[in-house]
Amino acid sequence: MGCIMKNENKIQYIYGVADNALILGQRLSELCGHGPNLETDIAMTNMALDLLGQTRSYYQYVAQLSGEGKTEDDIAFLRIERQYKNVLLVEQPNKHFGYVITRQFFYDAFHLLLLEELQNSGDETLAAIAKKGIKEVSYHQRFSSDWMKRLGDGTEESHQKVQEAVDDLWKFTDELFHMTDDDKIAVENGVGVNTEALREKYNQRISEVFEEATITIPETKWFQKGGKQGIHSEHMGYLLSDLQYMQRTYPNMKW
Amino acid sequence: MSEKEIKNQGMEQSRSLEEIFEQKIARDEKIEPKDWMPEKYRKTHIRQISQHAHSEIIGMLPEGNWITRAPSLRRKVALIAKVQDEAGHGLYLYSACETLGISREELYEQLHTGKAKYSSIFNYPTVTWADMGAIGWLVDGAAIINQVPLCSTSYGPYARAMVRVCKEESFHQRQGYEIMITLANGTPEQKEMAQDALNRWWWPSLMMLGPTDAESVHTAQSMKWKLKRKTNDELRQQFIDQTVPQADLIGLTIPDPDLKWNEEKGSYDFGEIDWDEFWQVVKGHGPCNKERMTARVNAWEKGEWVRDAAMAYAKKQEDKKLKKAI
Amino acid sequence: MKNNWPLWEVFVRSKNGLEHRHFGSIHAADAEMALENARDVYTRRNEGVSIWVVESKHITASNPENNGELFEPAQDKVYRHPTFYTLPDEVKHM
Repeated sequence: MGCIMKNENKIQYIYGVADNALILGQRLSELCGHGPNLETDIAMTNMALDLLGQTRSYYQYVAQLSGEGKTEDDIAFLRIERQYKNVLLVEQPNKHFGYVITRQFFYDAFHLLLLEELQNSGDETLAAIAKKGIKEVSYHQRFSSDWMKRLGDGTEESHQKVQEAVDDLWKFTDELFHMTDDDKIAVENGVGVNTEALREKYNQRISEVFEEATITIPETKWFQKGGKQGIHSEHMGYLLSDLQYMQRTYPNMKW
Repeated sequence: MSEKEIKNQGMEQSRSLEEIFEQKIARDEKIEPKDWMPEKYRKTHIRQISQHAHSEIIGMLPEGNWITRAPSLRRKVALIAKVQDEAGHGLYLYSACETLGISREELYEQLHTGKAKYSSIFNYPTVTWADMGAIGWLVDGAAIINQVPLCSTSYGPYARAMVRVCKEESFHQRQGYEIMITLANGTPEQKEMAQDALNRWWWPSLMMLGPTDAESVHTAQSMKWKLKRKTNDELRQQFIDQTVPQADLIGLTIPDPDLKWNEEKGSYDFGEIDWDEFWQVVKGHGPCNKERMTARVNAWEKGEWVRDAAMAYAKKQEDKKLKKAI
Repeated sequence: MKNNWPLWEVFVRSKNGLEHRHFGSIHAADAEMALENARDVYTRRNEGVSIWVVESKHITASNPENNGELFEPAQDKVYRHPTFYTLPDEVKHM
């Protein structure tokens, strides 16, 4: 207790929140033009834009905090893989639409609970970003929950496919609630959210939707983690090589 | 009713439906979905509107290719929003087309089997970031020249869709030109990237305005129905005259040694267009025809189980509601 | 033709005080999705504060062939318009 929060702690805390939005936004934007039909394409692109918009607000704030003349782009594009603090869940690939929706649903449920708390943060900037984000993320949650039900309780094939995605992705959900040292310092200083406390509500939300969707939660008690410490899955490197391609190939230029 | 009006009415009844129809268009009245129309009008409109819609959604692919690699967050969101707009435009146009009694699925079928065409320009690859600038500036520039007159075309749903499209489109060209300005004012490498993109996109953009008037089969009829207001050659001239000064302004060179201001004409003379290349790309021999089609067909086929699931779910919900009511 | 998402017509109120206006159409499997799709497609630039969707098949439209009997009889009922009635010049506004 009583650990003083340095700027660097705050920056690390923000990475833990913001990198999720960046990486999930990047994943969703891969789908632009390849969705099951035009309407869904447009809807998912909207979510990508919401997430990337949030990312920019957070990174602009980080740039300001770091005080080294950095820009949002330095932060988005010029870190090494170990410095990205997103959870493993959001970097998982778009294997098929069932994975896309399940990943989204697992993240949205957490994201909304997080922002609802973060809007009360003692840090005014973070509180404001969260407040604005709540409206966007409420819609995301509605969209992904509706689709979980459609896929789960749709056809036999869709049920099987979405259950497969749930079975594969469930093991990444526990990490959402882990607290890093920076998270703990942020909570102690009234800046961050105690994610451990969100678990119960989260599980309740998931169960409600799954019940309607006729989807079962896997039995596994073993969960994957590492993203929050910057130890990512093998997918991450490829995602970053796309994301960083221009900035790495043509350093120090304006675009 | 005056004597004159009664007389006019009598005359109208004796005229064929088709004459009345053509006069309506000549008077700048709109044709609406349930109005009588000649079969040829319906077919021509299905062809043109769907071709236009297909071009929008195929057009998402070459630009979508750079979304994940956009060099800054600002550029990334702008590009996503632009590609998303193209999906929207495709959707407005498919909807307009559907009012003519054909379903979107049938239109897709025509696209996927190669029966329907789309703008050939999207069969060229996007190989550098500067291509995002060149496409916005040149391809959207040419598209706007084609599209603005369509806002007052004779078929109501098409005209209304185009009004919406043009309104939204206005940011696209600016977005592209701004990318070009930034590159042209950047490092030598960036400027070279911009010039290279202009070199590759210039001629295909000119071709985009369609074959020369002498070769164009549909022009006369299309003029009458206000599917066209100017000929392809006139539009091309307009495009060149407006674009050359924009290139000059940012210090890029149009890749045409024959390009010269003609004082007498008050417009630019320009070099020979390689129409062989144009027809080859139309026929399917462009660098990316196959990739574009594969991407579309894949998205559609891989999405089938998703679309089916949504329908099955909707049906189940409906049944549940009915049961409750009983 | 199997299992295609039906067509819906979209009506948007641009701001309070204005009526809902026909904006276009979309495809959707159910009403909930139709609302979401309409929101995502037609209000990307802040165009609306309220949306109605109705499945296209539920709209009954008049037939243009009957336009004569439907709409022309109203043309000569000039007494329904204020300009039909003469007023003394002194009365400026009525």
